[in-house]
Amino acid sequence: MTAELGHIALILAFCVALLQTAIPLLGAQRNDARMMEFGDRAAIGQFLLIAFSFLALTSVFLASDFSVKLAALHSHSEKPLLYKISGVWGNHEGSILLWVLMMAGYGAAVPLFGKALPPGLKARAIAIQALITAGFLAFILFTSNPFERLNPVPIDGNGLNPILQDPGLAFHPPFLYLGYVGFSLPFSFAVAALIEGRVDSVWAKWLRPWVLVAWSFLTIGIALGSFWAYYELGWGGWWMWDPVENVSFMPWLAGTALLHSILVLGTRHSLASWTVLLAITTFALSLIGTFVVRSGILVSVHAFAVDPERGVFLLLLLGLATGGALTLYAMRAHTLRDPVPFNAASRDGALVLNNLLLTAALATVFLGTFYPLLIDAVNGSKISVGAPYFELTFTPIMCLLILFMGIGPMLKWRVDTLKRLRVPIVLCLKIVAVVIIATAIIGKSVLGALALGLAAWLAVGTILTIGRKARWNRAGLRAQPASTWGFVGAHMGVAIFTAAVTIMSVWSATDIGTLKVGDSLTLGKYTYTLEDVGGGQRDNYTFLAGEISVTKGETQLSTLLTERRFYPVRNQVTTEAGLDLSFGQTLFASIGEGDPEGGFVVQVYRHSFVVWIWLGALLMALSGFAALADRRLRLPKPETAPTLAAAE
Amino acid sequence: MKLRGLIPLGLFILLLGALAFGLTRDPRILPSELIEKPFPAFALENLEGDALLNPSILNNQVSLVNVFGSWCVACTVEHPQLMALRDKPDLQLVGIDWRDTREAANRWLVRNGNPYDVIIFDPNSKLIVELGVTGAPETFIVDKAGKIRYKHVGIITADDWDETLRPLVESLQ
Repeated sequence: MTAELGHIALILAFCVALLQTAIPLLGAQRNDARMMEFGDRAAIGQFLLIAFSFLALTSVFLASDFSVKLAALHSHSEKPLLYKISGVWGNHEGSILLWVLMMAGYGAAVPLFGKALPPGLKARAIAIQALITAGFLAFILFTSNPFERLNPVPIDGNGLNPILQDPGLAFHPPFLYLGYVGFSLPFSFAVAALIEGRVDSVWAKWLRPWVLVAWSFLTIGIALGSFWAYYELGWGGWWMWDPVENVSFMPWLAGTALLHSILVLGTRHSLASWTVLLAITTFALSLIGTFVVRSGILVSVHAFAVDPERGVFLLLLLGLATGGALTLYAMRAHTLRDPVPFNAASRDGALVLNNLLLTAALATVFLGTFYPLLIDAVNGSKISVGAPYFELTFTPIMCLLILFMGIGPMLKWRVDTLKRLRVPIVLCLKIVAVVIIATAIIGKSVLGALALGLAAWLAVGTILTIGRKARWNRAGLRAQPASTWGFVGAHMGVAIFTAAVTIMSVWSATDIGTLKVGDSLTLGKYTYTLEDVGGGQRDNYTFLAGEISVTKGETQLSTLLTERRFYPVRNQVTTEAGLDLSFGQTLFASIGEGDPEGGFVVQVYRHSFVVWIWLGALLMALSGFAALADRRLRLPKPETAPTLAAAE
Repeated sequence: MKLRGLIPLGLFILLLGALAFGLTRDPRILPSELIEKPFPAFALENLEGDALLNPSILNNQVSLVNVFGSWCVACTVEHPQLMALRDKPDLQLVGIDWRDTREAANRWLVRNGNPYDVIIFDPNSKLIVELGVTGAPETFIVDKAGKIRYKHVGIITADDWDETLRPLVESLQ
């Protein structure tokens, strides 16, 4: 019964979405306040309906109701509770429902938080958001219904893919979707503004917090995915340039450019054209991501559902949404001229450069990701594009960007010169030179030294920027608004991230061997010894466990427990790496096949400062959230009716 | 409508075209790199253990080289089709026994029948790796000059033989 109710709720939500598209759009056209207000109510109603539907699906999983096909395919009565819940979105149908839930959630945020918005803009934005949601609801109802029943009812379910039974991966999709879907608001608002024919600072001021929210969530989502890959997949890497990773990264790149553009538009009234185009592009990339992951057109380790029929539907959605938006853009683009000129050596100029570099980086990732598809279309050959291409093309662009990030924020708006900044630039260069030379001597790596120098440049530049703003005294620091601290935190996060990636790439070590109990492998001063191998059964799997002790000279540093698990219900083998994470060295070992006589395959790693990769990303995300506290982002409240002053 | 504003839309339509095309292709199908190339060199014993084999066994006749193993369940499904080809005078059947033991392979052949004219014993995947084999059963058609002409991944059904393999074998005679 629950499943049917959930299904009905979805159908109702679809009808509401259709009405929510038509009526407010008409209302905005005719300036009819009641029709526009309908949009507000509908948005909230739609969210409640979809939330109910999602809860219905969750309760089906929690109750292990295997008469529902989705639960039978992806759940199991013996699964731990957390994974019963995360199993709801650990499959195609459930995750699309989660996507739609978030779209409706963000849509409901417009009437809740946007009371100060001009009613026409608000109504149109709500309508466009509803239109996209309607498209996805149609997709669910016609091709990916999560509430399909199964008859006869199986005694137990198929179980969840064991790789997904993991806390990191339980949370990775929700955060990622909060990011992806969050960019639907800028998209809807961009289209609404294009319909109105006006993109101005009011629009930008309202949107900016939402771009921050979406961007921050997306940052966390990507970082979680990377962290999970590191400790779960056990091959010692944190980013593979796999197509599905790339399609999550591309909206992030576009979203970062959007974030900076909308800052400029909100305060300086320029870069309107860039901002609108970026708003459309970011969400379009989210849609492309959804399409790629679920249609199977690119080979990836992330294999989700491979279904050309669903692919066609998603492609249609993507085509109509983005095509429609870009057509509007083509029609209205000439009205979005920048009123205030600025010269290149100014903060505006630096931000345009920022946009250009991020777009260039986005283009190289895009090209690398879709190149196999394009080549197949052109001459039928099958190639794969891997890390070497991306590292060669993406890294230099990023290095350029980091270079300009160091001093860009120090520039004044509209007109400035580099000569004015001679003192801080020289100071930066001096510190960077010290860092480079010290690293080159101690670390014996020129490339590593240069990269660390770059990270230092960014860090010092950021510190100098905030210092100069605050005039180097504590009162000045306290007077800085929240968004300034957001900028400091985010840019420092990038510096930390860059430094961590450099150190991890240049100064790590790994070795692999076949070890019997008592044998060891050495990485420099560290010795990894296979102390014990055991086995057993736990929950829903059997396992082979290796105990590896790590010593440095005489001191015992830690014991790493690594396992090879076999899940009988799914007939699947996974490796759990033994990790000792720390802020300094991370010690890593994973055990493979083998037997007591011949020895076991063991791979060991020593990664320096690897956790700072994700801590840097986390700092970026938290800074984004922190910047939300800035009062300057609030729109002025609409004029309340004048109250009669009490006669005194 | 200014033309410059149409650029994003134009690029997007191109992308849509590429994506739509992508839906018609299966990225997991990988054609063999060895088509039109000579059969890789190898020096392996035969299953009986009394002779050393090399690619010269493929010369001067059309060969069907079939990768199998006693552990391979799908191979028993295609085996009757291979048995039906046993007595064809113009086609040499070469088997590659992969990752197996001589005892298990012989037992399997006794139970299911032995269609092969000669069987290469490859327990350590030496030839398999050279051939780019990803699983069993896989079958190669080799022409009289020892060049690989076709690779068939998976079970050979009667349809596969009638529609694809037999015409190819006959055209190579």
